[in-house]
This record gives sequence, C-alpha cells and structure tokens, in this order.
Amino acid sequence: MDLRNFESLRFFYPEAILTGAILLLVLLDLVFKNKKSLGYVAIVGCLISLWATLELYGISGGWLFHRMIILDNFSLFFKVISLLAALLVIWMSLDCREIQQVHQGEYYTVLLTSALGMFFMASSSNLLMAYLSLELVSLTSYILTGLLPHNRRSTEAALKYLIYGGVSSGTMIYGMSWLFGMTGSLDYARIGAALLQGEVNHLSLFMAFVFILAGFGYKIVFAPFHMWSPDVYQGAPTPITAFLSVASNAAGLAIMIRFFFPALSRLGENENWLFLQGVEWPHFLLFLSMVTMTVGNLCALNQQNVKRMLAYSGIAHAGYLLMGLVVLNNDGLRAMLFYVVVYLIMNLGAFLVVMIVANATGREDIEGYRGLAWRGAAIPAVCMAIFLFSLTGLPPLAGFVGKFFLFAAVIKQGGMFVLLAVVAILNSVISLYYYAGIVKTMFFDFPQPGDPKVEMSANNSAILGVLSCLTILLGVYWGPIALYAEWSLRFFMR
Amino acid sequence: MTDNVLTYMTFFPLAGMIVVLMLPSDRHNLIRWVSALFTVPPLALGVWLYGHFNTATPGLQFVEKIPWIPAYNINYFVGIDGISISMVLLTALLSFLCIFASWGIDKGVKGYFALFLLLDTGMMGVFVALDFFLFYIFWELMLLPMYFLIGVWGGPRREYAAIKFFLYTLFGSVLMLLAILALYFASEPHTFDMTMLIAQSGKYGTQPLAIWPFNQWGWGFQHVVWMALFIGFAIKIPAFPFHTWLPDAHVEAPTAISVILAGVLLKMGTYGILRVNFPMLPQATADLAYYFLGVLGTWNIIYGALCAMAQKDLKKLVAYSSVSHMGYVMLGMATFTPQGISGAVLQMFNHGTITGMLFLLVGVIYDRAHHRDIEGFGGLAAIMPVYTGVTALAFFASMGLPGLSGFISEVLVLLGAWQKYPILSILGASGVVLTAGYFLWTIQRVYLGPINEKYKTLPEINGRELFTLIPLGIIVIALGVYPNAMLDLLRASLDQLNQIVIPHLS
Repeated sequence: MDLRNFESLRFFYPEAILTGAILLLVLLDLVFKNKKSLGYVAIVGCLISLWATLELYGISGGWLFHRMIILDNFSLFFKVISLLAALLVIWMSLDCREIQQVHQGEYYTVLLTSALGMFFMASSSNLLMAYLSLELVSLTSYILTGLLPHNRRSTEAALKYLIYGGVSSGTMIYGMSWLFGMTGSLDYARIGAALLQGEVNHLSLFMAFVFILAGFGYKIVFAPFHMWSPDVYQGAPTPITAFLSVASNAAGLAIMIRFFFPALSRLGENENWLFLQGVEWPHFLLFLSMVTMTVGNLCALNQQNVKRMLAYSGIAHAGYLLMGLVVLNNDGLRAMLFYVVVYLIMNLGAFLVVMIVANATGREDIEGYRGLAWRGAAIPAVCMAIFLFSLTGLPPLAGFVGKFFLFAAVIKQGGMFVLLAVVAILNSVISLYYYAGIVKTMFFDFPQPGDPKVEMSANNSAILGVLSCLTILLGVYWGPIALYAEWSLRFFMR
Repeated sequence: MTDNVLTYMTFFPLAGMIVVLMLPSDRHNLIRWVSALFTVPPLALGVWLYGHFNTATPGLQFVEKIPWIPAYNINYFVGIDGISISMVLLTALLSFLCIFASWGIDKGVKGYFALFLLLDTGMMGVFVALDFFLFYIFWELMLLPMYFLIGVWGGPRREYAAIKFFLYTLFGSVLMLLAILALYFASEPHTFDMTMLIAQSGKYGTQPLAIWPFNQWGWGFQHVVWMALFIGFAIKIPAFPFHTWLPDAHVEAPTAISVILAGVLLKMGTYGILRVNFPMLPQATADLAYYFLGVLGTWNIIYGALCAMAQKDLKKLVAYSSVSHMGYVMLGMATFTPQGISGAVLQMFNHGTITGMLFLLVGVIYDRAHHRDIEGFGGLAAIMPVYTGVTALAFFASMGLPGLSGFISEVLVLLGAWQKYPILSILGASGVVLTAGYFLWTIQRVYLGPINEKYKTLPEINGRELFTLIPLGIIVIALGVYPNAMLDLLRASLDQLNQIVIPHLS
C-alpha cells in the first residue's frame, strides 16, 4: 500500500490528535489560570491518541505520504510506548515541585511535541524523515532539559545536550549524505535494493554506517556517545529525565532497528537477518555492546547523586539492549522489544521515587535517602527496592524476564556470543553493588534527626502502585507482553 | 488434598507473609504468633509426608505439573524423591523452630517476619521444584529476604556481610542461568523440565571443545556446563575457595537467620549438585568429581577445622565448623558408592539439625552476655547446668560421637571413601580428630574451669529456647540410634542416582 498525501490522512489520526492536543494546549495556556489543568488536558489528549493508535491495529501495513513513513505493527508498538511514557510522565509531573516552578503551558506542549516526534522516528522510512524526526525529538529535549528557571545545572545540561546533539546529528546527516551518494535514493527500500546490486565500496559503506551510528548511538546512549547523559539526566527536571531515559531511548532504538533491519538487510532462513554487505557487523556491535555495558556499570559505582547513577545505569541497559541487536535475528529483536516495555515500567518507577523524595526533601544525593524506610516512608522505599532489584535483573521481577530473553537470544547463537553473555552477567553482578547501595542506605541506615518525613500525593501514590504491581506481575506472568513483542515484529517491507 | 501437598507446603508461608503485612505494625506479639501459625501446616504436612512416603520406589512422588508458560515449555512442576525428602522435612522443621528463635526481635517486627516467611517459601520451593526455570526463580527468591534479614537485623558489620553474601551468591546464580539456558537450547524439543533434560543427557556433547583452554583440558560442552553449575552450587556449599562469605554472613546475621543459613541454605548447594549435575551431566560428573568434589571436599574438612581452631569468636568457630562438615557431604558424593552417597545426604540432614542446635546455643549465651568471646567466659557449667548439658550434646554430635546422628553419617561417608580413595578417607578421618580438638578445647574454655565472676548471675536457659532446641536434640539422638528412620527414605533414589553415573566412570 503506497499512499499519497490526502489518502494517508485516514491512517494519521494518532498524530493528528496529538497535534490537535498540542495546539489546544497552547491556546488554553492563555486562558487557564490553573496551570495544572493543562496537565489533565494533555493526559486526555494522550489517551485519545492512544485509542486511535489501538484502532489502527488490524490494518495491513503500508507506506504513507509518498513513502515517507511506514505504518506497520512495529511503528504502532513504539507509538504505544511513546504515548504510555508521555502519559505516565505527565501524570508524574502534576505533583512535582520542580515542574510547578516552570512555565507549565510550554512544558506540556513541548512534551507532547516530543512524543509526536517519537511517533515519526518509529515510522520513518526515508533518511530525511529519520533525520527530521530525530531533530524534532532532540530540539524538544533540549528545551525540556533547560526549563528550570535560574537553575545553573539545568541550563548547563541543556547546553551540553545541545552541543553534543548538534555534533552527533551533524555527523549522522553527513553519513546519510554518503549513503545517498552511493545509492542514489533516500528511501530505505530503494537503498536496500541498490546495495543488493552490490556495486558499492565496502569501506565507504562501513564509514557511512559508522557516522550514521553516531547519531543513533547518541540517542540510545551507547558508548562512546554517552557522555552527555549523566549531566543531562542530573540537570533536567526529574520527570523529563524519566521521559528521556525511557521514551527517547525507545524511539532511538526504533529508528535504529528500522534502519538496519528492514531497510538494509534481508530476512534469511531461520529468522536470521542477513546483512547485505560482508561487513563484520556482529563483531563490531558485540564489541560496542560489551564496552557500553561495562562503561555504564563501572562509572555508576562511584556516583553519589541518584539521578546520575541512574543515568549510568541507563547506559548499561542500553548495552544490554544492544545484545539483542547483535544476534541479528528475530529472537534478539523480540527480546529487545520486550525489554523496552519492561524498562519503561522499571525506570519510570525508579525516577518516580526519586521525584517523590526530592519533593519532600529537596535532595537527590544518596545520603538524602538515609533511613527512608524508617521515616514513615516505607512504601516508597519498598517500591524503590523493587524497581532497583528489577533493574539488576533479579527474579521474580520483570527485569529478570527481560534479561532472561536477551540472554536466551545470545546463548542460542552460541559460539563467540557466549563471551558476550558472560560479560553481561558479570555486569549484572557489578550493577547489583550500586543498586543495593541505595537500598542499603534506605533500609540499613537510620535517619538522623532533622531528616524530613516523606509524604506522597494521591497522584504519585497511584502511579507508584501501578508501576510496582506491574513490575511484580510481569515477573511471574509475562506471556501477553511477549506475544505483543512477537506480533510487533511484523515489518512492512517491499 | 493429598495431591497438592507440596504446593501447600511451599505457598502457605507466602500466604502468611501477605497476612502479616496486613497486620498493624505495633502488635508485635500478634505478628509473632500469626507467623508461627503459618509455619505449622508445612510442618504437619511434612510429618504426614514422612509417613506416606513410599520408600521402595526411586522415582518422583507427589508430583504436580501445571503449564505455566507454554511458549517456552515452562511448567509448574514439583515433586519429591529420596534426594529431596530429607531437605523438605528439614526446612519445615527449622522454619517452625526459627520463628520461636526470632522472638527477641523488637525492631521492625512486621518486616522481619514477612521477609522470613518469604524466605521460607523460597527455600521449600527450591527443594521441590523440578522445572529448571522454577528452580532458578525460587533459588534467586531467597537472596532478597536474606539480604535484608542480615543487613537490617544483624550485628555490627551487617552491611558488609549482607552485600558480600548477595554479590557472591548472585555471581553463582547468574552462571547457573547461563548453564540453564545452554541446557535448554541443547535439548530437543527445548525444555526446562528437569526430567526431560535428564532423559536427554546422552545428547550433551562430551567431545572436547575447540577453544583454549578447554581443548587442553579435554572438556566438552557437558564439562563446561557442569563447571558453570558447580561454581554456582559451590558458592552455596560453601566450598573452598568460595567460602569467604560464610563467616561474615553467619556471624553478623541474627541467631534465627544463622540457623536457617547454616541449616538449610548451605544444603542447597549440594542438593543442586545431586539433582542437576549428577543425572543431567553424568559423563562430566564421572570425570570431574574426584577433583572438584573429592579433593575439594577433603580440603574443606581439614581447612574448615583448622580455621575453626583458630577462632576467638564462638559464632565464627561454629561457622567454620559448618564449612568443615559440608566437606564430608562433598566427599561422600564423590565416591559413587551406596554408603558414600547415603552418608552424604544423611550428613546434609544431620548437619542441619546439629548446626542448627549449635547456632541456637550460641544465640542463648549472646543474648545474655552480649559478646561471644571464647576467652571471655569460664565455668558456665556451674552457672547454667542445663544449658551446658544441651551444648555438650550438640558439640559431641558435631564431633561424631557414636550414639548420635553425626557419627552415622560421617562413618558412612568415610566407609564409602575408603572403597575408592583411601587417602582421602584417611585425611577425612583426621578431620574428625581436629573437630574433636577445637570443640573439646572450647568446652574447656567456656564451660569448664574457674567461674568467671562477671557472669555468676546469668539466667539459665529458658523455656522458649529449650523449646527450639529439644526437638532437634531428640532427632539427633534418635537418628544416632536408629538411622534407618531417615536412611530408608533415601536409599532407593540415591542408588538409582549412582547407577546413572557409574557407567561413565573410566
């Protein structure tokens, strides 16, 4: 199905509703005095868009807008992820003290715009569209990071993000231009066909891919493009950190998978993806995955600020996710998609507790969590323990199942990939040390006099309850989500 | 109801945990009695199991199999046989008694008992699980409550001990995960079902792998998987050199947790080897057992005994004696004789009861004097005669005095070892002498000799503490006089286990 502009609008409802919500928010910002109600409007907008997205399931895939974007199960999966992330983050922001200081109209508007950009990232099938959507998400992320007024950290984070992101995007578009030059087209399918003809210089192709990988790598935060993330995560307001860590990560993965898989490789036998050129992708990606995991985990060991530590842990998790890509088959992709869902729940939960504690005490360093369980805040402490242990990968929590799938995909390949699995498990053990460090401070230490009591608002309690129950539930009964991930691997390719 | 005995035994404590979490935090006595109540059914069902266990068949009994995640061939598959029955009974008994040993906890009582009940479920689940994935889930499920129980309610260095325990055990567990996945993909059709993995054990390759260093050592796929699993289990046993977490964890943990740790958790390592390594990987077991079970076990015996002799802290002495006694289990397993393996599994049960008593007794004196210096006491026999009597019983049982259960299991192990590896048997027997050495010396320093004036007015052992000790004492004496009460249950399955491995011995 290859549709032109007007015909495509029928399948464009989720994006259209989201755009409508954005414009409505801009207008309502001028009218409403109570800025918190803008948040509720944003949530309603997300819900309607989610409904429209779910309505699109069951439609066979196709190109929209002159082959600019693709509609298939894969893009719908990531649209759902982006909307859920946006929904939860907006719900979190309603009772966040940091957010009450910013211009809330702009905040919700830009947040929804970022989500909209992620929609396009997940469905782009044209190099130019990929670049534009990536830039849209990046620009909105810069703004959201720097929103805190009179906050040096926040502004510094935004500036670092901007500079780093600018350079990465520039490198990426440079690589894309090489690819265009070599194949004569911006469209993924046509690039794939051109590469199949086999007249392309291997070295130039490899260089082009490395440049493009710089752009994707910066978004997904794998080494060596990870340097921006600790500062940005620390400086941004906590709901935005949560959003970046989960949603922009997921969208980056979507764009990378869609670029490398349906566009540039063929589905071979046994569900393996055959890379078009004889480039040693498995070894290169394997090395990248190992380095990312190790850098993330080792750097996290020494952190004193919880948000910074979670940033480094996010880098490590990007390394684990990359394991799924390394094996170059559907098992790995299915494991990655499952992990995206599980990661959404765990990471948002962890940042939610960070936000709750910061609301009450204003502190984001580990010392500020001292004796949290004994300060009348046993529930946030217990939930934080659940999320952190889930991030480590301990059963019977959801994080274990995610890691289990990734390890299964790697072990199934056998051979050299077993080394990757061994490095990954060693990294899991290392990660336990710093996650348990926070748990230790919450439970084993006793509060000093003068440590404020931590109370939660109704909204925050509700989200905390939902996320922690899901973390435990998915640890024992994950069949539906695994099925959903499997289903979402139906790419539309021609 | 009789069909689901094992499920009830495993999940009753979990139901108890949920109930305890809903009780008000300040009603300490209510919480304690409710927790005790929820450990009674597993104990009662354990006694029933003992009576209704068919000692003649080596196969699995009381089996339950419910599909859980069909896409990956994962089932809720539980059952027991001669290998696990003694452990199930031990777990039920010790969990019940340790609730009463935990009566003195007064801080965060609700959290303590909730975590304890969760731990109870995990322990029982490990021993009854017959699906590898389920086994792994229960195995890891124990780590979390243990971390908190040691770290919050423990002694002065509890944080260090807790994280050391957690990291060490997690390292072993993730290695086990890789081995589980490797076996899953090696089986046809892919399954986690232990009985099917055992049935396909012939398929796991034994040709040496082409990678260094495995080609040097002649190790095939089966050997590498065996080693990965063995390291995971060896950390739990604990076998030298993976034992360094044990003294810290045992010393810093509260009394009841030390009892559970020594009494039940250590057995999971050797249980795992018997349940997994022996039947699923027989060729590798036949090749590697001498070095990694026999020699390492004998070294455990002697090294543990020597370290115990050097200790100044009574609890650390008992901890090292645990290391030493687990060495007998390993040695027994390595012999592949009926005496050896029966002795090993019986030693697992006996060590649970005897070391349980030892830690409870150390707890008694620590509660009164608030220190455990061996040199700091003296003449306690005159001050607390009943306590000294029970302690003497426990110490002599641990030494292997004939008439008490420890003797039977140690003799069986040494008999089994003598048939195959006489030198290891001699060294193991010398371990008995060393054990007598440090225990008798301890009795002399702590209980005999001139009365230490500071402790002249120490209260005698009270009813609650005796209640936790007497059942264990009775079992120790009963099994010393009539060991067939336990050996009958084990014999059939263990002989079958030996028969799986013996054909592969060169």
